[in-house]
Amino acid sequence: MAAEKTTQNKRVLEVKNLKLHYLTSQGAVKAVDDISFCLNKGETLGIVGESGCGKTTTAVALMMMPSPPGKIVGGQILIEGKDIVPLTETQIRKQIRWEKISMVFQGAMNCLTPVYTIGKQMMETLREHREMSKEEAIARIEKYLAYVGLSKEVLKRYPHELSGGMKQRIVIAMALFLEPKIVLCDEPTTALDVVVQAQIINLLKDLKQQLDLSFIFITHDLATEAEVSDRLMVMYGGKIAEIGTNEQLYGKQGPMHPYTQRLLKATPLLHEKVEELAFIPGRPPDLLKPPAGCKFHDRCNVVMDRCKVDEPDLQEVEPDHFVACWRCRES
Amino acid sequence: MSENIFEVKNLQKWFPVRRSMTDVLKNRLSYVKAVDGVTFNIRRGEIFGLVGESGCGKTTTGKILMKLLEPTGGQMILDGQEVTHITAERLRKYRREVQMIFQDPYASMNPRFRIRDVLEEPLLIHKVGEDHQARLQMVAKALSEVRLQPPEEFMERFPHMLSGGQRQRAATARSLILNPKFIVADEPVSMIDLSTRAEILHMMKLVQRELQLTYLYITHDLSTARYFTDTIAVMYLGRIVEMGDPDDVIDHPRHPYTMALISAVCEPVSGKVNRIKDVPIKGEVPSAQNIPQGCRFHPRCVYAKDECRNEKEPELEIVEGRHLVACRRYKEI
Repeated sequence: MAAEKTTQNKRVLEVKNLKLHYLTSQGAVKAVDDISFCLNKGETLGIVGESGCGKTTTAVALMMMPSPPGKIVGGQILIEGKDIVPLTETQIRKQIRWEKISMVFQGAMNCLTPVYTIGKQMMETLREHREMSKEEAIARIEKYLAYVGLSKEVLKRYPHELSGGMKQRIVIAMALFLEPKIVLCDEPTTALDVVVQAQIINLLKDLKQQLDLSFIFITHDLATEAEVSDRLMVMYGGKIAEIGTNEQLYGKQGPMHPYTQRLLKATPLLHEKVEELAFIPGRPPDLLKPPAGCKFHDRCNVVMDRCKVDEPDLQEVEPDHFVACWRCRES
Repeated sequence: MSENIFEVKNLQKWFPVRRSMTDVLKNRLSYVKAVDGVTFNIRRGEIFGLVGESGCGKTTTGKILMKLLEPTGGQMILDGQEVTHITAERLRKYRREVQMIFQDPYASMNPRFRIRDVLEEPLLIHKVGEDHQARLQMVAKALSEVRLQPPEEFMERFPHMLSGGQRQRAATARSLILNPKFIVADEPVSMIDLSTRAEILHMMKLVQRELQLTYLYITHDLSTARYFTDTIAVMYLGRIVEMGDPDDVIDHPRHPYTMALISAVCEPVSGKVNRIKDVPIKGEVPSAQNIPQGCRFHPRCVYAKDECRNEKEPELEIVEGRHLVACRRYKEI
């Protein structure tokens, strides 16, 4: 599958043939179906796609916390070369989750408990994981608050006293203070205003440099992704449609997969007046009964006969650029 | 018939705040000034966009125009008639003339109603149509206007059987069915996937052109506002700070706030990854309970001078043609 030409030791995360299915009474919903990718040290990998294409499910699988009836039914997740799928829940909680890999959730502002002060919540999380005296814990919390640009004043506040942007900064600080090297961000800016959004994006870029982190940045917005991601992974119907670098997808040449092409066309540009915005008719496939062949074929405008029967796999078309499409292979 | 379908003059909505004991003793009243002196005209057959961040008063303005809230002060004129304060009887008529499309197409429909019942409901309430058969015909017509084809099939469905885009189409059909003069659309596409967002806006624009409708489009998204609207008004803390043709406002913004908003918008082009974006704005939005003296934007403005802090608040003035700005230093910056 997607074997990339980067050296092995630069990879902090490698996913091989990962499958997460929701085992419902009507059958398996293949939310993430046989995907392979990797994350290099110090890079941001963006995951984009419409809702219901498996972005968040991928993140949940990486954190090893699928909600029932979801289950990881196959594949490997290698963090620093070690597969974490066979580990028990206790081992994961002690060694992996939040220690090696952490997550900033969608609508993270609602992750804070309204009845405790910020200081108490942060302290609880930190001391649950690390044996520290109160003074040490406070010192560490203050250090990370400084990283996200907040004063220690906020420790005495309750969540309702803070703005959305400040709450988002706190949640980011909490995702970082156990010093994980991989941070998953699931739509961290969607619920925020544009100005605050830009500030949070700047903050994440800054932290990536300072703390030598690797990010996975999930969003449905190709415009945001263009500003944060070094490489991009486009998902459709639980599969990877295309992986490419920022330059390959947003540059002159543009994306290769028809789905990415049309998603990009549907993204409005601020400084360009268009008479009509493009859109993709139809809706993402029902993953309980996915269509045969390429999952995108019924919405694709360049569909061929082969697309309806055979499912294309991911193939490298140029260095670091992978596409799963029969049409692209022809030309 | 006048050129303007809606005229709003110095509209205000102040919400009283619960007072502390000292406030009561000193007989002091405090208010959240959600909308604080807004003036604009909406021309017949145009799409008027109201943009701004959350808490700037855009939704409150929409609700006042919908008559869901009583204004504290100011004047509203719909189609030449004064409608600032109206009787319950006039309100019934008003509800037919002004309709609303809500943000969340999942929450705005009764899940136990079929689409035909959802659309027939307003007809029953306003006693339109002679019998059930006549009403069903109107429902079918409204559904085909929003391109839900074939209407007979969609009429029998329940809301959960439709996709987000189809549901928002049905919601649009419901607001069209009473032949309104004016439609308030409050963030109609923000809950919808990017791939279908354009589809809904396209459909709304098509219907608007066909039926000669006027929309008030409330949004926080400048990119769609540029594509969709004929006039953009930018609101900050209860006031309009800049207004004009979308091309003028977005390509040549004059107010420092509009400039900051525009610089913060992400665009899908390469070569931005490792650059920290420069957003020329300071701090956070102050509370609407405590609006700064002078120009209300001065604490966050990077160009503010003493005159902005001390002198009277700037009013909207003409830059060129229809382009208005409320900043005393717009020529210098």
